[in-house]
Amino acid sequence: MASLNDPMILRQIIMDHYDNPRHHQLIEDDSKYLSIRKDSDSCIDDITMQVNINNDIIEDIRFDGVACTIATSSTSILTDLVIGKTIDEAQEIIDNYKNMIFEKDYDEDLLEEAIAFQNVHRQANRIKCATIGWDALQQLIDKYREAK
Amino acid sequence: MFDVYETRKKYPILNGIKMEGHNLVYMDSGATALKPQCVIDKVVEYYSEYSTNTHRGDYPLAHRADEEYEKVRKIVKEFINCNDENEIVYTYGTTHSINVLAHGIKHMLKKGDVVLISEFEHASNVLPWFRLKDEIGIEIEYVKLDEKHHLTPELFKESMHDGVKLVCLAHISNVLGQCLDIKEIAKITHDYNAIIAVDGAQSVPHIKVDVKDLDIDFLSFSAHKFGGPTGIGVLYGKYDLLNKLEAYNLGGGMNTRIECNTCYFIKEAPFKFEAGTPAIEATIGMGKAIQFIMDIGMDNIHEHIKKIRKHAIDRLQNELPEVIIYNPENEGAPLAFNVKGYEGARCQDIGSALATYGIAVRTGEHCAKLLPNLIGTKGSVRASLYLYNTIEDMDCLVDALKDIVAKEKENKGDALSWLL
Repeated sequence: MASLNDPMILRQIIMDHYDNPRHHQLIEDDSKYLSIRKDSDSCIDDITMQVNINNDIIEDIRFDGVACTIATSSTSILTDLVIGKTIDEAQEIIDNYKNMIFEKDYDEDLLEEAIAFQNVHRQANRIKCATIGWDALQQLIDKYREAK
Repeated sequence: MFDVYETRKKYPILNGIKMEGHNLVYMDSGATALKPQCVIDKVVEYYSEYSTNTHRGDYPLAHRADEEYEKVRKIVKEFINCNDENEIVYTYGTTHSINVLAHGIKHMLKKGDVVLISEFEHASNVLPWFRLKDEIGIEIEYVKLDEKHHLTPELFKESMHDGVKLVCLAHISNVLGQCLDIKEIAKITHDYNAIIAVDGAQSVPHIKVDVKDLDIDFLSFSAHKFGGPTGIGVLYGKYDLLNKLEAYNLGGGMNTRIECNTCYFIKEAPFKFEAGTPAIEATIGMGKAIQFIMDIGMDNIHEHIKKIRKHAIDRLQNELPEVIIYNPENEGAPLAFNVKGYEGARCQDIGSALATYGIAVRTGEHCAKLLPNLIGTKGSVRASLYLYNTIEDMDCLVDALKDIVAKEKENKGDALSWLL
């Protein structure tokens, strides 16, 4: 993970996920998907996320909307990290990411590119940008668990 | 003459508080203005010397609270030059004032009546009227604007018709900053026998607002935007109209008699709108804040801001073609801009980058959520100025933007370097 300590690399990761966000198109026939729209009152971020969870496995995850660099890239990285994983594995990733954001202990190996946001606390008003997509997935997982 | 450097000494936050290791360059006064020491002292004086309730106690300390509290109505009366201090309702701020008005005037409107607003209104001058549409079926119409998104009296006249019963406009837009010719607009409104309610949140702190000269029926504003405490504002209304409004909050302090058979009798305006224990210290602090800016002089404040704003615009236009300014010609305080490539949601990155230079700005939609229809971008950076900003602050903003743009050219995404 040495390269992920290089600010230049981290900047490139963020800008790449902002310019070319992964899984960035909503599916029209969303009958198999749980979906949620997260819009922020205090900033522009307004994203919709869809997730198809089958037998506790995240088979597909998608998002779209208008969002800032940090919100878009952090959500894009999240989709890459959790697709194909079980909801328990995804939960562990989310918990570690939240720990990182709120300056607690975390396992950086689980977070891969998401560690680009390890310093977002330096401008705490941007924490909501870095977590909006992650909160969306958390709510969808909770919804899935409740429905089980 | 007004000396900005002497005035700055009176604001504790401008003397020693650092942001990101830099002296604070505060350009978010459109959201809330900084507080001078005299306002802080006045609030503390209430808590330290006579923190009793108002209109309640039969002892000398309570009498002092009453006196200090009611005295502020006279100060506001002088400030906005209304006929009578009883035309002044204390509210929690502009938003509350407009909600009190919207609720209170509901019984005077009927299905199909038109409330005329603009697309540059703040959410608080939009949503209360949208709700009246849902509740009683009034119609919402928007005034016509020219290609620069300005409202002229001529365009206003074209927007008026006999169906319009109420006109609700921001005197100065909180993003674009155009100062409307409210006097002429009020005259046209009254020619149609309609009522005009002015959102003065951004105008009252910056220019002399004389409700008699402008001949407006209602005016709403907040104290915190001119250096008073938060949680206190004013709804002014011409007395007969004001007294016709129905009270929103019922409770103690606004009634005269309550009977078991559910009959109750309420006070006249302004007291019928002031149920419950008010924000006493904030009200008293508002009085001090008004005296403070009146001593400086509203014309001096306006001229000063115009001068420093022009300095920044001249420099930006000459030195930074990468910056798009949405409202260069408006004299009002907010300066709305974007860095090319950072329009829309990315404007927040410019806000965060400016913060690393100690500069406080606001980014986003600024609660004017209909505005993107007009200016074609969902988000912008807003540098909103007040009497304590200096030419040096403006240079700091321009130099920081130049620095950010230059670094961004070298490394895409450099505006995020604070994060890395």
